[in-house]
Amino acid sequence: MLAKRIIPCLDVDKGRVVKGKKFQNIQDVDDPVALAKRYNEAGADELVFYDITASNEERNIFLDVVEQVAKEIAIPFTVGGGIRTVEDIHKVLRSGADKVSINSAAVTNPQLIQDAALKFGSQCIVLSIDAKEVAPNQWNVFTKGGRYDTGIDAIQWAKQGEALGAGELVINAMDSDGEKDGYNIPLTKAIADTVNIPIVASGGAGIKEHFSSVLEQGADAALAASVFHYDEIQIPDLKTYLEENNIIVRREIEWK
Amino acid sequence: MIAIIDYGAGNIKSLQFALAKLNKESVLTTEPRVIRDASSIILPGVGAFKDAMDAINALGLTDVIKQEVQAGKPILGICLGMQLFYDKSYEDGDWDGLGLLQGNVSRIKETVKVPHMGWNTITKHNESPLTLHLPDNFHVYFVHSYAVGELEEATLVGSTEYGGRIPAIVQQGNITGMQFHPEKSGDIGIQLLANYEEMIS
Repeated sequence: MLAKRIIPCLDVDKGRVVKGKKFQNIQDVDDPVALAKRYNEAGADELVFYDITASNEERNIFLDVVEQVAKEIAIPFTVGGGIRTVEDIHKVLRSGADKVSINSAAVTNPQLIQDAALKFGSQCIVLSIDAKEVAPNQWNVFTKGGRYDTGIDAIQWAKQGEALGAGELVINAMDSDGEKDGYNIPLTKAIADTVNIPIVASGGAGIKEHFSSVLEQGADAALAASVFHYDEIQIPDLKTYLEENNIIVRREIEWK
Repeated sequence: MIAIIDYGAGNIKSLQFALAKLNKESVLTTEPRVIRDASSIILPGVGAFKDAMDAINALGLTDVIKQEVQAGKPILGICLGMQLFYDKSYEDGDWDGLGLLQGNVSRIKETVKVPHMGWNTITKHNESPLTLHLPDNFHVYFVHSYAVGELEEATLVGSTEYGGRIPAIVQQGNITGMQFHPEKSGDIGIQLLANYEEMIS
């Protein structure tokens, strides 16, 4: 049976992880490669690296990070942030990333998803959607870090993304992001009911129950950052909990 | 030296890194001479079947691959690379593959989400050194929308379930295919590659 995935997300700025604190068993807590190894050993199923770097020069530092991560860990990872062109996608894939996440560039230029899916295959093109509730059960797509309302309906955009060739959707609920109050289940479920590609829920994880709820209601994977970075939830404990709740997870991390 | 055929897009660096963990030297190449001189061949692959076959044909590698395999050189196909071994694919049309193995490739049924993405379990079929030291029902990482349908049952080493049975590990003589990504399947994937390298050494 296909397992539900647990995905830690790391924000990287100038080659260093932002918010990567509070680990006692690794010396360099801001080193993305050291953190990636730690999550891999803990049983993370995938990782996401989000480049929050601004300049082109710093972009190359990020590509070096991608290559180092690919060298060190043998689990899949997605790279996002600052992806604007097919050439940007090519660069991160050639550096060793498995998937590329496109967000606001796809809103401005939906053709990018189609071009990228045709060139590299749908399996490596992830459409990341920042959604915010604008009326009861009505979510719009936001860009510019949640400051700009595009007026586009998030569920329609998800559907369009699938049609354009995205192989996976990350649904980032901006209302719940950082609140630790749980994933946005109505939004995640509404999108899962509309499309037939895998859905990654993002934004709002605070306790283990939040993971089981969203994975039982439409999400194929759950992404989180701070609960893992601050060691509030340990991945092995989370997986034990999910298993006890009859959710299929990958467990044979230490099978030898 | 392992020749990894580098016919276009995708993440093949991870494959090289995984082989390096096993102290196996590999080279990314499209040179017939390098492929002929190599001790074994890996055919990786992501993207579309037709594009991959077109690229391999345009590079003039189809005959080189067929000749080397017929001469007994070990070849490992990963993901789309495995699908290319078969006679035919029905991915957006009707395309000829390398015809090294009998069978064909078609789309995963839409009763499940497509692509098949994530960690799924392998059920062992025919005995093979490939699955030595591995537990029953181990997880490996899949990401694909098409899969081998009919095939010769004797070649099936492992399968997974996703909208029906999906051949995951196949082997016939010097030809081995893995539908999932061993280079992305954690320690288990590395063990599979180690088993493969041990088998062909």
